[in-house]
Amino acid sequence: MKYLNEYRNLEATKKILDEIHKITTKPWHIMEICGGQTHSLVKNGILELLPEKVSMIHGPGCPVCVTPLNLIDKAIELLEQGVIVCSFGDMIRVPGSKKSLLEAKAIGGDLRILYSPLEAVTIAKENPTKEVVFFAVGFETTAPANALSVLHAEKLGLKNYSILASHVLVPPAMEAILADELCRIDAFLGAGHVCAIMGIQQYYPLVKKYKTPIVVTGFEPLDLVQGIYMAVKQLEEGRFELENQYSRIVKPFGNTAAIAVINKVFEVGTREWRGIGEIPNSGYVIKQAYRSYDAEAKFNISYIKVLENAKCIAGQILRGIKKPNQCDQFGKACKPSNPLGAPMVSSEGACAAYYHFSTL
Amino acid sequence: MTTENLGFETINLGHGSGGELTRNLLDKIIFKTFSNPFLDKKDDGAIVEFSNKIAISTDSFVITPIFFRGGNIGSLAVHGTVNDVAMCGAMPKYLSLAFIIEEGLKVVDFIEVVNSIKTAADESGVLIVTGDTKVVERGKGDQIFINTTGFGEVHPKAAISVLNIIAGDKIIVNANIAQHGMAIMSDREGLEFESNIESDSTNLNFIVRDLLEAFGNKIKMLRDPTRGGLGTVLHEIANDINKGVDIKESAIPLEKQVAAACEMLGLDPMYVANEGVFIAVVDKSIEADVLAMMQQHPKGKNAKCIGEFTDEHPNKVVMESVIGGKRIVSPLVGEQLPRIC
Repeated sequence: MKYLNEYRNLEATKKILDEIHKITTKPWHIMEICGGQTHSLVKNGILELLPEKVSMIHGPGCPVCVTPLNLIDKAIELLEQGVIVCSFGDMIRVPGSKKSLLEAKAIGGDLRILYSPLEAVTIAKENPTKEVVFFAVGFETTAPANALSVLHAEKLGLKNYSILASHVLVPPAMEAILADELCRIDAFLGAGHVCAIMGIQQYYPLVKKYKTPIVVTGFEPLDLVQGIYMAVKQLEEGRFELENQYSRIVKPFGNTAAIAVINKVFEVGTREWRGIGEIPNSGYVIKQAYRSYDAEAKFNISYIKVLENAKCIAGQILRGIKKPNQCDQFGKACKPSNPLGAPMVSSEGACAAYYHFSTL
Repeated sequence: MTTENLGFETINLGHGSGGELTRNLLDKIIFKTFSNPFLDKKDDGAIVEFSNKIAISTDSFVITPIFFRGGNIGSLAVHGTVNDVAMCGAMPKYLSLAFIIEEGLKVVDFIEVVNSIKTAADESGVLIVTGDTKVVERGKGDQIFINTTGFGEVHPKAAISVLNIIAGDKIIVNANIAQHGMAIMSDREGLEFESNIESDSTNLNFIVRDLLEAFGNKIKMLRDPTRGGLGTVLHEIANDINKGVDIKESAIPLEKQVAAACEMLGLDPMYVANEGVFIAVVDKSIEADVLAMMQQHPKGKNAKCIGEFTDEHPNKVVMESVIGGKRIVSPLVGEQLPRIC
């Protein structure tokens, strides 16, 4: 727990909160990109400890929330075809258009919940007569492990392993938010773990083009208040710079070995974001050389354009236009036990954070 | 008890037929292990005597894996029911014991489970007085399921009822939370992480008896937060009596390794299962005495007061975070799921 307890220290956190109160003179809207940061802010009660003028806007960094509806349907169809589908736990309760993966499992689908895609490769090795698909969702953080699973399967000569990939990238999403005319974001807290993989270089152009401060920030309470302090300080001083609060983990050029693995298997392409729509060059697609490991190419799965529940405002939540408790359905028709949209079920979804933890 | 001279190595459908094979299994394993005057009569049921009001509780155990660090399905089946009876303010005396066995279960495994039941029952001071054994086809069960029902005499000084709780009453927890759930997680297939975390599965009837002896009706409520964990139980009580609960995150007893495992898997220890933990809601005047007594008891060494009931924010459990912020503790929905990153 070293490096955790130090960052959950009452005195140190309070000191920085006091500083934020001292320096804040104008109203500021700061978006934390990552859903993990949203949960930490709400779970630790930080939102109420901030000055009234500092408003945190919750960003789209919830991998489960932005995974397209039709991809969940595809994973379910694979289960129904008798494929062993492996998934991160977060994903399984998210509603597809008709049912969730968990419901598909209940009626006989062979769904495995894993922590690492490499375990899925082991399952493929142990079940040579079955097809095994890993539901590879996530941001830049999970991309290296998912790519590595493909390389691992290739090395073992496995023909029965593939991934159903839906990888999205943070910088294009930030740009889409900044370019939106409804945008009211004054500064960003960058997603620490994404930057641990990718480094921080990609963010300089955004800072410059949109004159918006970005502070790469960690996830513990002290990290978050420090990140917020650094952002407010820049705003109050009229600066816009890229700063790194999370330097104990995030290096300027990231994890070069992980980036090399990503680049071997994936290339940048257009991706659909649930609740937001298609964003050009906003995700990873599997390279031609590894098409045999692409479940969408390998299996005959139907693509049916399905519509989201009309009452769900997940898109506005993910773009920071509305907060979860501003939704008419919040806590009424939409609860974790009966979610209308993904942000209410995911452990990184803003709606779930408000539902489970918020006293607001 | 060993497998020698039994004449069979796996349990098959015949062992549940009611015929000779069943008799063989019962005589050589069950009756031999649990022998006592009630069971030895081999009647269809047991006739027992009580002098006071009795508390009854039943529970079914379907845990997988059946063997885990710190216990197995057998010891768990005893502790679980013994503790539920104890939480009624009663001293458990008798247990019924019913098995549903999937054919193919290795006898050596069955004997290990039975021996654990025997040890746990002896340690808890309960007798197995009646039971049942069924065998189902392969694929229709998961190795072995156990049901136990416990019967206990209510302690003469006990007045356990949520309705007795008033604002200001203190909430005391006897032991580190989240041990059992994390021990099971670390043994489960697919969630590969190495740890030495052991289940906390144990009986709580003696510590409860000592508390009732010493403090009588000032012990207002007892509850063991098994499935759903501490968070869910606190939320249930708050809702049952339309009161609020204030707790402090920093006061919740949590072992370092368990905290780290929860961190790593993205689980909240407030919702992880326990099998040797109980909360006692006590009159505020006895808080220090209860803590002192519990900390002297082997089952309460890490006892802590984690918070209190309040008339503010009815139906809500509000936790003060380690950095002084506030959040609500909502009930667990479904199973806790490991997160992506």
